[in-house]
Amino acid sequence: MTSSNLVYLIALPLFSSALLMLLGRKADKWGHVFATLVSASAFFVGVSEFLAMRDRPVEMRAVTQKLFSWISVGDFKVDAALLLDQLSISFVLLITGVGTLIHIYSIAYMSHDRDRRRFFAYLNFFIAAMLLLVLGDSYLNLYVGWEGVGLASYLLIGFWNQKPEYATAAKKAFVMNRVGDFGLSIAIMIAFATFGSVTFAGIEEKASGASETAMTAMGLMLLLAAVGKSAQFPLQAWLGDAMAGPTPVSALIHAATMVTAGVYLITRSNFVFDAAPSAQLAVVIIGVITLLFGAIIGMAKDDIKKALAASTMSQIGYMILATGFGPAGYAFAIMHLLTHGFFKAGMFLGAGSVMHGMNDEVNMRRYGALAKFMPITAITFGLGYLAIIGVPPFAGFYSKDKIIETAFNVGGVQGIIIGGAALLGAIITAFYMTRVMLLTFFGNKRWADDAHPHESPFLMWAPMAVLAIGSVASGYLLYSGKAFVTWLAPVVDKHKHEHVEFLPPIVVTILAVAAVVIGVSIALLKYRGEQSGEAPQDVNVLTRVARRDLLQDDANEFMFMRPGQKLTSLLLKTDESVIDGAVRGVGATALGSARGLRKLQTGYVRNYALLILIGALAILATIWVVTL
Amino acid sequence: MNPTNYLYLSALLFSIGAVGVIVRRNAIVVFMCIELMLNAANLAFVTFAKMNGNLEGQVIAFFTMVVAACEVVVGLAIIVSIYRSRRSASVDDASLLSR
Repeated sequence: MTSSNLVYLIALPLFSSALLMLLGRKADKWGHVFATLVSASAFFVGVSEFLAMRDRPVEMRAVTQKLFSWISVGDFKVDAALLLDQLSISFVLLITGVGTLIHIYSIAYMSHDRDRRRFFAYLNFFIAAMLLLVLGDSYLNLYVGWEGVGLASYLLIGFWNQKPEYATAAKKAFVMNRVGDFGLSIAIMIAFATFGSVTFAGIEEKASGASETAMTAMGLMLLLAAVGKSAQFPLQAWLGDAMAGPTPVSALIHAATMVTAGVYLITRSNFVFDAAPSAQLAVVIIGVITLLFGAIIGMAKDDIKKALAASTMSQIGYMILATGFGPAGYAFAIMHLLTHGFFKAGMFLGAGSVMHGMNDEVNMRRYGALAKFMPITAITFGLGYLAIIGVPPFAGFYSKDKIIETAFNVGGVQGIIIGGAALLGAIITAFYMTRVMLLTFFGNKRWADDAHPHESPFLMWAPMAVLAIGSVASGYLLYSGKAFVTWLAPVVDKHKHEHVEFLPPIVVTILAVAAVVIGVSIALLKYRGEQSGEAPQDVNVLTRVARRDLLQDDANEFMFMRPGQKLTSLLLKTDESVIDGAVRGVGATALGSARGLRKLQTGYVRNYALLILIGALAILATIWVVTL
Repeated sequence: MNPTNYLYLSALLFSIGAVGVIVRRNAIVVFMCIELMLNAANLAFVTFAKMNGNLEGQVIAFFTMVVAACEVVVGLAIIVSIYRSRRSASVDDASLLSR
């Protein structure tokens, strides 16, 4: 089926972004309202498309729209075309819905910033790029959106680029993302070389006939792309520093949408991964490592945004892990992605609200007892907290419980290891999120002297409230009657795989709830009551390492930066001595010989006359010798 | 009389002229030596014309005289103007090209 409305989803925010940037200061007065209205209208287009899609029979649900013929070289043709199916619409609703809420929040949050209009222009640009990413019908279209969100992320992390370390954080995010982007471009090349096509439909059609080697190579490259964009191990180091951006950006881009693009990419490429079991295993391993890695960093961070960022990394680890299970896991990965979009965006906005009331203080050791002064923030944040640690019946419980269950269902020793790691992650999640909750909203006051905490204005707490409702209800709505699994099945589970059960679901649920109870209890024991305003220094080596982000920056510096610097200085020396040496050598030779030859030119006429005479005599002598 | 003797004379005159150009410093003398060389060449041309019994050598001698006349005009003008500006007719003083 075709539709002509899809383009408006992208065109509206793109147009608004261009307008706000081109008009400059003239749009300062109304730019933020305009951008918010445009984002809301994109959301309404999304909702109407969703309602229309829901009313169609299952096999008619996907719609396409061809915009124009983009590349036409011989047999190779790529159209700029959009595809809206059950998977894309889930993202469209998340991006435009959460995006609009965050636009509204930003009106108040950024009200004192002189560059608020530019901020909204970038936000709209991000929405457009992210929608292109999820609506593209081929890897090439997806790639454009993929780079677009990378650019938007760079611009927004470095939004306050007057601070050099923020600009550095933006650069770091961009460079590390480029490493992943390489993977995506190579995957596209492999797809073109193997299938002669880069559209999802075209590749899926021929996927069964392709060699497993090609599929594994393509799968690993796609995984590299996902690892870069979704801040997974070993390309995770940029996410913590990305918190330099304004808090609404952290909520929208670095929690709810952009960083989950890797999960989308793997789910969209399900036909590749289903044909490449080794690539799937790599996905699982990356997911397990990251979910523990992020959780461990989250335990040690005192900066509230960095703690939440570490938690994001860990939760995306869960999603990546779920996509590694194949058709059994895709739906749960996306389900966790959606619920995570609600509760993590809500908590980031809550963190922003706390910072707003505390003079932009981010150190949780300087908070405490804020529940009394910011009741709405505390309640909305608390609902998100209950959702993320997986307390039934909040959203995170359903999605995370299902991922842990699927992990155990892999079966055998492997299943127990993966499932055990996922359970351990759940314990740590409960621990560090309880720590955040206690340090921020309860206990004793540890504020700076000039702090006057107050509740945020309506424009800020209203989006938080909506997201909190989502954190409560979205899990049950998506889970009940297997609603979301059935909805997504035509995209990711076409062959109706049999799902084996290793452990009965109720056992896994009990284990997951037990994990939550354990984590919360440990945190309660450790962080209840009076806390010091300074981080304790006499801590063991593990805590020190975790505070340093598990040495991720040191490792990158040791493995890539230092050798890279050595290589460049070596190349510089080679350039100076060999290449410049050769060039300068040619010049010096010419100059030297010229200096020698110049001595012949004395300026005395008699010398020239003598030389002419000698020359004439030499010619005569030559002629005489030759004719002799 | 054997025409070869004229050629010997021509070679002698040419050599005297050449040595004069190389060793003398006064521009006028150098100039006269050049004339001597030109006339030595003329003598050789005329001798060859006599030996071969045709007129080409004679004709070229006339051409040489015309060229020599022009050269004298230009050359003397240069020498006079150099003398006026530098108060010297020594060719070694006019060695500015080496710098």
